[in-house]
Amino acid sequence: MEHEITLIVNGVPRRTGVPARRLLSDCLRHDLGLTGTHVGCEHGVCGCCTVLLDGRPVRSCLTFAVTVDGAEITTVEGLADADGGLSAVQRAFAECHGLQCGFCTPGFLCTVTALLRENPAPTEDEVIDGISGNLCRCTGYQNIVKAVHRAAELLAEEA
Amino acid sequence: MTTKLFGEPVQRREDPRLLTGNGRYLDDLGREALAAAFVRSPHAHARVRDIDVTAALDVEGLVAVYTWEDLPERVGRALPLLIPHPALTHGRTAYPLARDVVRHVGEPVVMVVAADRYAAEDACALIEVDYEPLKPVVGLEEAVQGAQLVHEDVPGNVGAHLVQEVAAADGRGAREAIETAPHTLAFRLDIERSASMPLEGRGVYARWDGRDLRVYSSTQTSTSVRMAVAAALGLPLPQVEVIAPDVGGGFGVKIVHPWPEEVLVPWAAMTLGREVKWTEDRREHFISSAHERGQVQYVRVGFDDDGRVLGLDVTILHDHGAYTPYGIIVPIVTSTQLLGPYKPGSYRVEFTAVYTNTVQVTPYRGAGRPQGVFCMERTMDKIARYLGKDRTQVREANFIRPEEFPYDQKMTFQDGRPLIYDSGNYPEMLRMIKELIGWDSFEAGPGRGIGIGCYVEGTGVGPYEGGHVQITSDGRVHVSTGLTSQGQGHETAFAQIAATELGVPIERVSVVTGDTRRFGYAVGTFASRAAVVSGNAIALACRKVREKALRIAADALEANPADLEIADGVVHVAGTPSAAVPLSTVAVLANPLRYAFDEETAKATQFAGAAAPDRPPVAEGEEPGLEGRDYYSPIRSTFAAGMHAAIVETDPDTAEIKVVRYAVVHDCGRLINPMIVEGQIHGGVAQGIGGALYERMVYDQHGQLVNASFMDFLMPYATEIPHVETGHLETPSPLNPLGVKGAGEAGVIPVSAVIASALEDAEGIEVNRMPISPSELFELRAARMG
Amino acid sequence: MKPPPFAYHAPRDLVAAVRTLAEVGGKVLAGGQSLIPMLNMRLAAPEHLVDINRVAGLDEIEVTPAGVRVGATARHADVEAAGVHPLLTRALKLVAHPVIRNRGTVVGSLVHADPAAELPAVLALLDGRVRLARWDGDGVAVREVPAADFFVGPMESAVEPDEVAVSAFFPALAPGSGFAFEEVSRRHGDYALAGVCAVVTARSAKVACIGVGPVPVVVELGEAWSDWRAAAAVVRAATDPEGDIHASAAYRGHLVGVLAERALREAAREGAAARGA
Ligand SMILES: Cc1cc2nc3c(=O)[nH]c(=O)nc-3n(C[C@H](O)[C@H](O)[C@H](O)COP(=O)(O)OP(=O)(O)OC[C@H]3O[C@@H](n4cnc5c(N)ncnc54)[C@H](O)[C@@H]3O)c2cc1C
Ligand code: FES
Ligand code: FES
Repeated sequence: MEHEITLIVNGVPRRTGVPARRLLSDCLRHDLGLTGTHVGCEHGVCGCCTVLLDGRPVRSCLTFAVTVDGAEITTVEGLADADGGLSAVQRAFAECHGLQCGFCTPGFLCTVTALLRENPAPTEDEVIDGISGNLCRCTGYQNIVKAVHRAAELLAEEA
Repeated sequence: MTTKLFGEPVQRREDPRLLTGNGRYLDDLGREALAAAFVRSPHAHARVRDIDVTAALDVEGLVAVYTWEDLPERVGRALPLLIPHPALTHGRTAYPLARDVVRHVGEPVVMVVAADRYAAEDACALIEVDYEPLKPVVGLEEAVQGAQLVHEDVPGNVGAHLVQEVAAADGRGAREAIETAPHTLAFRLDIERSASMPLEGRGVYARWDGRDLRVYSSTQTSTSVRMAVAAALGLPLPQVEVIAPDVGGGFGVKIVHPWPEEVLVPWAAMTLGREVKWTEDRREHFISSAHERGQVQYVRVGFDDDGRVLGLDVTILHDHGAYTPYGIIVPIVTSTQLLGPYKPGSYRVEFTAVYTNTVQVTPYRGAGRPQGVFCMERTMDKIARYLGKDRTQVREANFIRPEEFPYDQKMTFQDGRPLIYDSGNYPEMLRMIKELIGWDSFEAGPGRGIGIGCYVEGTGVGPYEGGHVQITSDGRVHVSTGLTSQGQGHETAFAQIAATELGVPIERVSVVTGDTRRFGYAVGTFASRAAVVSGNAIALACRKVREKALRIAADALEANPADLEIADGVVHVAGTPSAAVPLSTVAVLANPLRYAFDEETAKATQFAGAAAPDRPPVAEGEEPGLEGRDYYSPIRSTFAAGMHAAIVETDPDTAEIKVVRYAVVHDCGRLINPMIVEGQIHGGVAQGIGGALYERMVYDQHGQLVNASFMDFLMPYATEIPHVETGHLETPSPLNPLGVKGAGEAGVIPVSAVIASALEDAEGIEVNRMPISPSELFELRAARMG
Repeated sequence: MKPPPFAYHAPRDLVAAVRTLAEVGGKVLAGGQSLIPMLNMRLAAPEHLVDINRVAGLDEIEVTPAGVRVGATARHADVEAAGVHPLLTRALKLVAHPVIRNRGTVVGSLVHADPAAELPAVLALLDGRVRLARWDGDGVAVREVPAADFFVGPMESAVEPDEVAVSAFFPALAPGSGFAFEEVSRRHGDYALAGVCAVVTARSAKVACIGVGPVPVVVELGEAWSDWRAAAAVVRAATDPEGDIHASAAYRGHLVGVLAERALREAAREGAAARGA
């Protein structure tokens, strides 16, 4: 049976019909065509599929689309600044070489965006704990950690 | 206004799209495509008696179900053995779908095509396969006993056996040299399986328009997939194009080809006349792709009072899993790269590659080197311990000296060419790493130790790569090369090379890799070869284009080509900036036109008066267009090197192991982009730490991979990886125009050796097996207490 | 890895939830952080899923002097942020990663009853209880199950198939008590190889251990000890760990002793500080 749902994705209400078992990750990627959200494990460990659900990072592979009918979702496609320029977090990742293949990156960007909203000046330990649920097989994390600090700096400068 | 970009930490050109969700990975393509899924063997070893698909036929959305018997003869053939070798006397490969016997859990048996992946999996769940279980062969010890066979026609489970020996100067063999050496040691080492484990799995998407086939694959080699697919499907090569889109990591596993799915998905697309896509899920990746590393090594070494190795004798048992599609590259690399920066008096290495009922073994970043380095570096540490010497002193005593390059190790390398090191400076590197980590001032104590590991890595193997460079009339530079990218920043590094060679701003350069529509001849991305082989090919192609541009500009400016230079995309007479012509105009002039399509191109039409009436518009020996193509085919590999050191702390009570400092000194010749090279090293070290302390593939006695998920296969998070301090040494390679060596695998190679060395120092316990967990350290401590 | 099909129900109130469950059977879906991975791997295939995320009032966190009652849809992160029970807060920081905690529920963790999970140990140590509701034909029948009876076996709790766990009650710590939660996991955020949660007062000491038995192993140590190592030995003797691919039984046994000593010492120190002793 199909369920009619509405998701407010990156500020835009999107209606779509989904079977109950449709994972939010698949709904975003395949029903709504927002392929920036990636899928690396489908059992909650890698963090590639992390999106913001009502502002909080969650695993879209461990969420059914029907369950979040009516909710606000932010994906990597919605992180850019209002004027369309890269957000501070995105710029910091580029500047610090915080990505290689880029597959894990959308999950990190969503996680870090929320982290810095909650804690604009995290310590080294808070940064590491904050990203501790996201796997990256390419970077060894060092430049990602650096990018988070840099993003905090950029946000402070621009505030 | 400088365009000198080679060697600068230029920001990556691929980042803007990857940071905004605009990357295009395999599963992001083909939204309308049908989805494929596979019924895979739940048994490690079994005969397929019968397949009953009836229950699946009612699944809504089902389109097709295929078993081996449904495949045309050509498609159903055994997959190719990619790298034959005389020592691989019993090479075996799988069929795209199991023909009669399955030899590991995860082997594909039935292919299902349906409207979407959900429906395809529903159908898979309803297909009943009747298996007659056979006794599986699991583990090296069981395999060599040969009581049970993985392949009925492979006696003793031995796929390959190879002995290489380098005699001492006096002609004596290693075994003899060891017999008469003042000191000898003998020991056994074990390394367990791990895997590349890119966060994006494999995937294939195919479109057939009735004449042409287009295949997208998350591969490290699109040109070779193209040839393999064309051959398997019986299509003329020009009718097949293969594109590697953005690829979410490879680390070796995606160099293997054609995977069963790379043959079956295009075939299904042709058969059904519909687009078909298969996206590997994580469980499939664990049980149906490839693993690496599993080896047992028996070592004997003879040495003198200074710790100089007089004879080294290594016997390796290599676990090849169920099949050998990639030949015996891994154990060959182990055997040869084991030597590292050292020159043992004599060396004998023998390996036996055996089959087991487990996932096949093909290269994973490092490709046999981590095992070889583990062996040699454990040997160095043991010698030092035996003689009561500092571990770095023993290493130094065995180093090849800077003045001895090129140094011939007198062996045959993985490319079939002599193992001759091109350049290096190992004593200087040792000095640097000791300084970086503070070796001489380090105070060991209970639960605190320091370790070191050295390696040499043959990089940039042939046979060749090519580059094509085209400057269009808008002044843009289009570079293409056939090999592929999986995050190494090729679009940036190659653009730096082109911008530097051509004297154009990097913003005007764009780079395409891994698309056979743009460049058809290539080998692939592996063995840290991209920067060396494609980088040099692109440089050579740029030089051709530059020469042509200068020729044409010289004509236009009525100057001598030798007096011209290019800066900021403009050709001008040296010292006379006003006598100039932009490359965009040169590109126009390079292509005499009959028809104009804008103001710029109007200058090249036949009445514009640009061409001399007494010469043909395209001069003899010239081609239209400002473009060039060239290839670089190295005479043999370059040899990068590095030394790592670490400080570890162990908890006296819980046996937890923490890497508190990690330092790397690295020589990959001239650096194209230091930021990217450092990133490669960080990532490699993290994979190395994973391999040393966390990751392993655990098979039970039935051949079930018991930890086939990210919950139980423990890839490290940020919380497990130390900060890596790096230092660079640059000894340019004399072998290629750019003087570069490869860097892609460097970070991972010595890590297990380094951690073992540091743990031994901290604990006073011999560490002969990797990886090691707190539980295993606890057991080692308990064993010491007796 | 896609979940098998199921019929979906999203009741808006508790009556509808328990009635649906009584009528159709099936599984309750809370945060989904354990259930959905199992569905994705097709290790479970319920015909019906009763999603309680929209049930009104279930997300409450009620604080009284006696303790904290946590509703079934209160997320780990919300309970952690509320900071209403120091031991629970401490334990929550050890559960998975922050992103998982944004979705996972405290009650779900209890019902899921993983022998290596942290929260069951807290409930067991505090003698807390879980409130279960079912449809008895004419109305909602509620029962309270004490922790001692709630954890039945590995991944098995006292919740019957037709029951919804509506809340869990965590009794407040007695004034002047100290607590600690010590665990060792392979990676940060993984389920523990072994862990010990301890509460020490002037007159008593008690621990609950995870990863070393089918359910949390609770050990009452009685009156105050001066020799925590000896106390830890008692704890260790009470456990019966098994080995797996991550740790041998012997190592887990050793670890629980080490962690018990650490946790008891720390809890005793804290308790003493709280009492101004
Ligand atoms: C990567 C990862 C790491 C994790 N690490 C840890 C860890 O270190 N420690 C730890 O404790 N947990 C860990 N977890 C599990 C996580 O804490 C889960 O959220 C928790 O176990 C279950 O809570 P849930 O709300 O998500 O339940 P669900 O997944 O929705 O349900 C779990 C089970 O409980 C049942 N259930 C749930 N709520 C109710 C209810 N109210 N009434 C009746 N039945 C119910 C469901 O039917 C199901 O059988 C991890 C999970 C992931 C994905
Ligand atoms: S895909 Fe969701 S956590 Fe890996
Ligand atoms: S950049 Fe490749 S996985 Fe993180």
